[in-house]
Amino acid sequence: MVLELYLDLLSQPCRAIYIFAKKNGIPFQMQTVDLRKGEHLSDAFAQVNPMMKVPAMKDNDFTLGESVAILLYLTHKYKVPDHWYPQDLQARARVDEYLAWQHTALRRSCLRALWHKVMFPVFLGERVPPETLAATLAELDVNLRVLEDKFLQDKAFLVGPHISLADLVAITELMHPIGGGCPVFEGHPKLAAWYHRVEAAVGKELFREANEVILKAKDSPPANPIIKQKLMSRVLTMIQ
Amino acid sequence: MGLELYLDLLSQPCRAVYVFAKKNGISFQLNTVDLLKGQHVSEQFLQLNCQRKVPVLKDGNFVLTESSAILMYLSSKYQVADHWYPADLQARARVHEYLGWHTDNVRGIFGVPLWTKVLGPLIGTQIPEEKVERNRKNMFESLQRLEEKFFGNGTFLTGHQPVALGCNLFEGRPQLTAWRVRVEEFLGADLCQQALGRILSIREQAAKNALPVPYPEVQSRMMLRIARIP
Repeated sequence: MVLELYLDLLSQPCRAIYIFAKKNGIPFQMQTVDLRKGEHLSDAFAQVNPMMKVPAMKDNDFTLGESVAILLYLTHKYKVPDHWYPQDLQARARVDEYLAWQHTALRRSCLRALWHKVMFPVFLGERVPPETLAATLAELDVNLRVLEDKFLQDKAFLVGPHISLADLVAITELMHPIGGGCPVFEGHPKLAAWYHRVEAAVGKELFREANEVILKAKDSPPANPIIKQKLMSRVLTMIQ
Repeated sequence: MGLELYLDLLSQPCRAVYVFAKKNGISFQLNTVDLLKGQHVSEQFLQLNCQRKVPVLKDGNFVLTESSAILMYLSSKYQVADHWYPADLQARARVHEYLGWHTDNVRGIFGVPLWTKVLGPLIGTQIPEEKVERNRKNMFESLQRLEEKFFGNGTFLTGHQPVALGCNLFEGRPQLTAWRVRVEEFLGADLCQQALGRILSIREQAAKNALPVPYPEVQSRMMLRIARIP
């Protein structure tokens, strides 16, 4: 049975897995789980991932949640080129370090930027006070500075001369505020240059395909009231 | 120079790194970075980690942050017993899956009682009861999930923090209690005492006014952390 990936390309980690699998020619069946329709809350999906989150993976009888776990599973199983997750101890540690840091830092601010700027007002019909949005964007800026100064520095990619899982996860995070219309690269020229290098390394066509959904996030139709009620508390937990 | 670990055993991820290195007989120099005394905001420590956080590993010129990265680095470099970080594809995937879930559902959440019961009051800040209650609910939900989905996988002693502070997390949870006993037996009483001494005595120290009052720069960082409590 072919590998199944349960994804919604609205989600940052889902985009990373999608790009990774496609780029490395890993055959998979795409199972779209439409978050805005609450499909992740269905009983059927709970069989795949009882945490009711995307991304999720099913490889015959083996189901797996958590994006980093899935990326590393695919890395090892399909023996992808070394640069994605180097064998070298220190280079690998740098990828692990980035993947750990981003989880509570960049990912969180990118998520909050999208939700405060676009998803709350447009999709959930909830007003976000200007000071909340301002604080979120300020925090995003702090994390972008860490991305530049601690991780990227003067290298071509985050951990060295070649693209790795770290770059893939980072770029897919940044597409969240970019999709929300935030000026992410203002004041961060090094990041802008890095972005173009990552896009080129991934391939423009694949990059465009993976980002189609997020770039249209601001055109989300409003959630129907029943869905909104189901989603609200989970959204609030997700962005806290 | 050999391996150096910069730790404060008040911090959950530091305890995990400490216990792991000790249990596996990895020799290291322990450099204590006393968070309450603000040693993490010193110029010297800033040179080592611009993020001003512990744990930090220094192996020759190689400096590494983030506890899970440090644990995986140590696992690979010192070729520890397979069970810590199995080579088997699926077993290893389960460890990564737990670590991912842990970050969202244990790390931030189980650290909160230390802030509400000790660190907040230390700097004259009361955390609203509504937030304390929300945190209690979050902890119990996480424990439920832990039991249902992850039981049998955890090797890190993160549960002691809230217990030390009077939250009885293990009550009515025989599976978790049994797991905790197994982990403690595996690690050994001495090592547990070493790792947990600081966190287990923190409340008593606070009651005796034996904790240093953090100076202003540290207090403002503490306030930022407190503001993030949902």
